[in-house]
Amino acid sequence: MKKTKAFVPFLLIIIADIIIFTLNKQLGISIFKNTYFNFFEMFSVLPPIFLLLGLLDVWVPRETIIKFLGEKSGIVGMSLSIFMGAAAAGPLYGAFPVAAIMIKKGAKFSNILIFLGAWSTMKIPMFLFEMSSLGVKFAVTRWLVNLVGIILMAIIIDKMINRNEKLEIYKKHTHSF
Amino acid sequence: MFTTVLYIVSIIFLGISFYKDKKKTKTALLKAWKSFMNVFPAFAGVLALVGLMLTVLTPEIISKIIGSNTGILGMFIASIVGAITLIPGFVAFPLASSLLEKGAGVEQIAVFVSTLMMVGFVTMPLEIKYFSRKEAFLRNSFSYIFSFVVAFIIGMVVSL
Repeated sequence: MKKTKAFVPFLLIIIADIIIFTLNKQLGISIFKNTYFNFFEMFSVLPPIFLLLGLLDVWVPRETIIKFLGEKSGIVGMSLSIFMGAAAAGPLYGAFPVAAIMIKKGAKFSNILIFLGAWSTMKIPMFLFEMSSLGVKFAVTRWLVNLVGIILMAIIIDKMINRNEKLEIYKKHTHSF
Repeated sequence: MFTTVLYIVSIIFLGISFYKDKKKTKTALLKAWKSFMNVFPAFAGVLALVGLMLTVLTPEIISKIIGSNTGILGMFIASIVGAITLIPGFVAFPLASSLLEKGAGVEQIAVFVSTLMMVGFVTMPLEIKYFSRKEAFLRNSFSYIFSFVVAFIIGMVVSL
């Protein structure tokens, strides 16, 4: 029951797509093509991510993550979070399951936020591409300002979410990721 | 390219894991599958929405909306378009570059690129599912405001 209910938003959008298709065949076809392409992209990027996360969950002990990304990880934890996000590729939704397992293994909340920020906008492969299409000045400035901004935002948001609210988030991921 | 590397790396790790401990590997695979299936419906909804929006908001329409505008209003429009659309980088950067050539301002393009990457309006339901309503709201609104700061700084640096 719960499983079918979860598909409701998806089905509603598909119904909207079909309605558009009956009104405007060409537009409808390109919507289906784009949707198909999105699914194709997801199915090519997500399986290895989830596979790696499954392995990480089984092999990497919680203590290791706590040591490198936990409450007392300090500068090392911050740098590692930036590095992990920046070394990644793929859309932001790929970062969520990774963040979930970091949470499960006891990473500090501000480090999770830094990781999400770095993944969203500091990815190295994208940065290289940005330099070639928008110029070195543009890309380098953006990267450096983001580096400062992402850390600052993470610290501020971390302060704005209280202990209980964080606990709720961490509870979501204690059993699965 | 990157996806290929990702596949190779994960298959190597899977092989090592399988060689070292079959039972643990089986648990890992099961966990991976379960967590994937757990979020699949939410992913499906988001991807369908992106497919719909990306078609309606084509690069041509986006160029029309933010190409000719300048000033704060142009930045504001660019930021809204950036926040609600979800365009992959390899499409967004050439688009941004051609908009610049067509006469769009650096600040408008910078705020567009920045909100596009940092603010995910359509991925909010997923973010809420993984974290919380408050986290998703705070991260997205801070990123939105921050995109303007980034844009102004880029504007200053590029014009130097």
